Amino acid sequence: MSKQFKFEIDGIEIEARHGQSIMQAADDAGVYIPRLCDVEGLEPQGSCRVCVVKQNGRVVSACTQPAIEGSKVENETEEILGYRRDLVRMLYHEGNHLCPICEASGRCELQAMGYRLGITQATKYPYLQPVRPVDASHPDIVLDTNRCILCGRCIRASRDIDKKHVFEYVGRGIHKRVGVNGNKLADTNVELKDRAIDLATCPVGCIIQKGRGFFAPIGERQFDKKPITLGVGPGKGRGKP
Amino acid sequence: MARTRIIEIDPLTRVEGHGKVTIHLDDHNNVDEARLHIVEFRGFERFILGRLYWEVPVIVQRLCGICPVSHHLAASKAMDSIVGVDCLTPTAEKMRRLMHYGQIMQSNVLHFFHLSSPDLLFGFESEVEKRNIFGIIEAYPELAVKGIKMRKFGQEVIRATAGKKIHGTSAIPGGVNKNLSLAERDHLLQDIEQMIEWAQEAVAIAEGYCVDHLSLVQQFATFNSSHMSLVREDGAMDLYHGVLRAIDASGNVIFDQVDYRDFNDYLMEEVRSWSYMKFPFIKRRGNLDGWYRVGPLSRMNTAGFIDTPLADDAHQAFRAFAGGRPNQMSLAYHWARMIEVLHCVEKIRQLLHDPDLQGSDLLLRGERREEGIGVLEAPRGTLFHHYRVDNNDQVTFCNLIVATTNNNEAMNRAITQVAKAHLSSQKTIPEGMLNKIEVAVRAYDPCLSCATHALGRMPLDVALYDAAGNLLEHRVKDGR
Ligand code: SF4
Ligand code: SF4
Ligand code: FES
Repeated sequence: MSKQFKFEIDGIEIEARHGQSIMQAADDAGVYIPRLCDVEGLEPQGSCRVCVVKQNGRVVSACTQPAIEGSKVENETEEILGYRRDLVRMLYHEGNHLCPICEASGRCELQAMGYRLGITQATKYPYLQPVRPVDASHPDIVLDTNRCILCGRCIRASRDIDKKHVFEYVGRGIHKRVGVNGNKLADTNVELKDRAIDLATCPVGCIIQKGRGFFAPIGERQFDKKPITLGVGPGKGRGKP
Repeated sequence: MARTRIIEIDPLTRVEGHGKVTIHLDDHNNVDEARLHIVEFRGFERFILGRLYWEVPVIVQRLCGICPVSHHLAASKAMDSIVGVDCLTPTAEKMRRLMHYGQIMQSNVLHFFHLSSPDLLFGFESEVEKRNIFGIIEAYPELAVKGIKMRKFGQEVIRATAGKKIHGTSAIPGGVNKNLSLAERDHLLQDIEQMIEWAQEAVAIAEGYCVDHLSLVQQFATFNSSHMSLVREDGAMDLYHGVLRAIDASGNVIFDQVDYRDFNDYLMEEVRSWSYMKFPFIKRRGNLDGWYRVGPLSRMNTAGFIDTPLADDAHQAFRAFAGGRPNQMSLAYHWARMIEVLHCVEKIRQLLHDPDLQGSDLLLRGERREEGIGVLEAPRGTLFHHYRVDNNDQVTFCNLIVATTNNNEAMNRAITQVAKAHLSSQKTIPEGMLNKIEVAVRAYDPCLSCATHALGRMPLDVALYDAAGNLLEHRVKDGR
């Protein structure tokens, strides 16, 4: 389809079609905008705010904000990087993240984003240290929401692709978390082959396929070789890499 | 018995464990007994409960900053049982062994060169300012460099096998997740002959010390005890796998050929009100006489032979030193430790030339079981990991007996012996007393010194109280 208008990201000219988000147009042009809740194949939800950019001076989320003709978008400026760092730090502090003992380590998008943003130190925020039970009731699948960043990718995948509604948000505000449609995972009709269970769906280490932890040696894991960017990582980036 | 004074010695360690020594005197200022109090691994077993079994080999490494690999492998052995695997593929077993030998080598080398060599080369009484690794670097620069390079080599072996120098992930239930690439192998082969040569030199230094200081070594913290370790079925020293063997002070077998999965039939643990660390003992001999020692000294005593030629020669010399009977000298731990380094380096050389390490058969699966027990010889001694896992794959039970715990009674005996010899009938703490206590405890390389390993010093805080709790004397030795 022919491109219908142009705008700029950090001074680079980008072509876009009407109706495209800033993120979609950037992906098509091969410009990476960091993201966590948005993933190829699912409707954007606009909740993590890691894709924050400035469009003509206004702070917006690139995954949901339509591209505007002639607009100037700031993506990799120090100010924006600062926002992203704070957002990612808060995600770490909201959950229980012990990367060295987590089987998602090395393929985790949150961890990879932390590295990309240069977050290497303990930060100023308090750790909330929530206590959330692990649901290992299902014969093949575990849900450990201690590491959940509430990206909703499992919810959208189950609802829109698997047509099952296995996962849903429960609770409000600081108590909001991901729950399952039933008392426990074993009561649902979730299966290993579901898109919601695909390792590319949960960006962190919450949805676990049983008995396969640590199969990938250090050095061979997704982000051991390349830092997170467009087309690197499970299901990241839409359009051409 | 009236206790009129208590002396407290408090190593100010915070990271992996925390210990202090109290010496109990009677009315006549004679030493009644000395106790090593340890706050260690508290709550860790509970932290594991509810976790998924395949996470455990990675989680338990957090127990210890110095021997994480030992915990990684012991837990993996237990989890092999959980996934129904009793015998790994050759590649998996050899990768794990290679990792283990690298670990024991680097840990023993660190202990000897960084922690103990200052005591041995400068003497226990030498000034504190000199008696540390920096003093060694100044006085024996070549030796210090060898120590550093040998440790680095051990760490490189770990990196190549575990994926990282610390907190690797390669041992997984039923096998490993990587083999040794040719590039990794060739990288390690470059230095292996040098390591053999230096390991032999290290054995010579440790042996020379014992021979040259015969009467000191024979007396200092020497006491009769039983000894226990894993050995190979044919009696060879085996640090990774085998059967349990225990011998008494005269060398008579207490038990042998024991499948380590039955260890609960042979060993029990006693709780004493004053220590967080339990006191294991051999059931058959009861809690008073059943205590034993583990670690390098014990392994030299239990093993019939060593299956690598250079270490076997060294082992024979070691056995001859004690007249063929079990060696009961705490200071001989250092010599034994260096013989093990030599053995590990020889084993590493063998394995590097073994094409099985480039095999691709890494993982097996069998029928799921509920209970798993993994035992191996860690640098400091026999390490037991015992778990139960439910149908949901979550851990419901965990009990660990670490090497330091096995040596609990022995360390208490060692300091009691030193205290009796050097403190009794004195009104104040004699000069050099703290050093001697420290040297006695250090021979066992207990995990409570984990934190001080890094800095190569063991700070001590000593307080002397009368019966009413009044402070009589207080001394701080920061060990710098
Ligand atoms: S989910 Fe990611 S960030 Fe969290 S502990 Fe695991 S690897 Fe670390
Ligand atoms: S479980 Fe995973 S996919 Fe689902 S909301 Fe949490 S982080 Fe996102
Ligand atoms: S990726 Fe846009 S808000 Fe999460």
